[in-house]
Amino acid sequence: MTDSTARAPVADEAPAPRRPWLANRRNLERALPWLVVIGLFLVWEIGVRAFSVPQFVLPAPSVIFESMWKWRVPILDNAGQTLFTTVVGFAIAIVFGLVTGVLIGSSSLIYNGLYPVLIGFNSIPKVALVPILVIWFGIGTIPAIITAFLISFFPILVNVATGIATVEPELRDVLRALGAKQRDIILKVGIPRAMPYFFASLKVAITVAFVGSIIAETVAANKGIGRLMIVASSRFDVPLVFAGLLVTAVMGVMMYVVANYVERRMTGWATRGMDGGLSAPQG
Amino acid sequence: MTHFVELDNVTLRYGGEADGTVALRGATLRVHKGEFVAVVGPSGCGKSTLMKALSGLWPVNAGTVVVAGREVKRPLEIVGMAFQNATLLPWRTTLANIMLPLEIVEPHRHQLRRRRADYEAKARELLRLVGLSGFEEKYPWQLSGGMQQRASLCRALIHEPELLILDEPFGALDMFTREELWGVMQEVWMAKRPTVILVTHDLREAVFLADRVLVMSARPGRMVHERAVELPRPRTLEDTYRPEFTEITHALRDHISQARAAA
Repeated sequence: MTDSTARAPVADEAPAPRRPWLANRRNLERALPWLVVIGLFLVWEIGVRAFSVPQFVLPAPSVIFESMWKWRVPILDNAGQTLFTTVVGFAIAIVFGLVTGVLIGSSSLIYNGLYPVLIGFNSIPKVALVPILVIWFGIGTIPAIITAFLISFFPILVNVATGIATVEPELRDVLRALGAKQRDIILKVGIPRAMPYFFASLKVAITVAFVGSIIAETVAANKGIGRLMIVASSRFDVPLVFAGLLVTAVMGVMMYVVANYVERRMTGWATRGMDGGLSAPQG
Repeated sequence: MTHFVELDNVTLRYGGEADGTVALRGATLRVHKGEFVAVVGPSGCGKSTLMKALSGLWPVNAGTVVVAGREVKRPLEIVGMAFQNATLLPWRTTLANIMLPLEIVEPHRHQLRRRRADYEAKARELLRLVGLSGFEEKYPWQLSGGMQQRASLCRALIHEPELLILDEPFGALDMFTREELWGVMQEVWMAKRPTVILVTHDLREAVFLADRVLVMSARPGRMVHERAVELPRPRTLEDTYRPEFTEITHALRDHISQARAAA
């Protein structure tokens, strides 16, 4: 008797009012990117068919997917190579960008000495460097890694340096009044403060790292998505070129998601606990 | 009796010899050990500069600054500071923020690992004193402005500084919170008896808290008037509406008006 009365209200609440799954805002937000992509492919497919665009100009998505499936083994093989060179170059860029960013951000002397050189260097189109890298290191993996590194370290460096250089003067004074050395200020305030800038820059850097390695592969490589696309285009296999582009985009999005996840885990304090706050680091 | 803080004929200039701004000229200030002194003056008169000179953050161009018998050439470790902004580190909890000075000041810095429990107990005790018990693990953005300022005060006190320099610490708060924190500040001072130099533009605040109020001239700043406040402690907010209290604030107001007119 008591049992059934106790359970009754729960049973009443259980069947929540039925609403379409997408009416829930959270679900909608999650589904929206997929819907946009699917919509884009649909418009593309219909457009290509309606205007009967020749395949060597713009292949329909269905043709691209077909080609992707047909060439899945070489595509995966080459994509693996591109992912490898990109990630290695990106990793070097993180280390170099962090260290140099901290140095430049913490000393106006180093800043003044190094910054103009770095700006000048960053203005050079990296594709122009690939032939030089090939002369030095030969055709293959290393020029791709170096190009990915060269193109992606700059946003990291600038962001870390900015984060450190813009420590509030009052905060600096609080620490200096305690007798803190420059090193203490960098360690206790500068670096933690620069972390949101750093993680934000990773999201930019990882996408341009792909640009770097693919540029190098299109100029001089024997493997990689860039190389695959060059070979395909020389055979007028346009669907395969587009398949390469799609695979690259997918890899870029994947790496972006990883960077985004790490950012939320590490700097929940900066997003003011909007949703990352629950996982804010302790101490 | 020798003074704990002696500022003698200090001139401080920002920028170059010719075109720089002279913030202080001939500023002289003496403070006894354990005394609570407030400095008031028209805005832009160099009050904050005075604090920078005292703490050794800015070297003076002429004159001498002596704290605890030592000439101040660079920042002193026996000083605790609090500013208008709470300047808490947003990635640290309240407790970790308050512990920050212990990670920097000797000898605590080397004992921190060994005596962490002691130090944490001390931080919690300070938080209790300012009415922040239960907020140890909260982040600064989870605290109100007044609570952040209380935490900032704790951070200034944790390493038991002999000299506490407060640069308009309640300036950014609303009236009610500010008055509440005056009470907190008085309680802290009566419990720990540090030497305090408070910069403020609020005359009621100055008279409520200080043993002695100094009036600065317009820039270049120097002391133009001094007024002892001999009201019994602890003072209450009701006291601030008594005639003997308002008489002092009115007299000080006149001096500040004169200082501004002279500019």
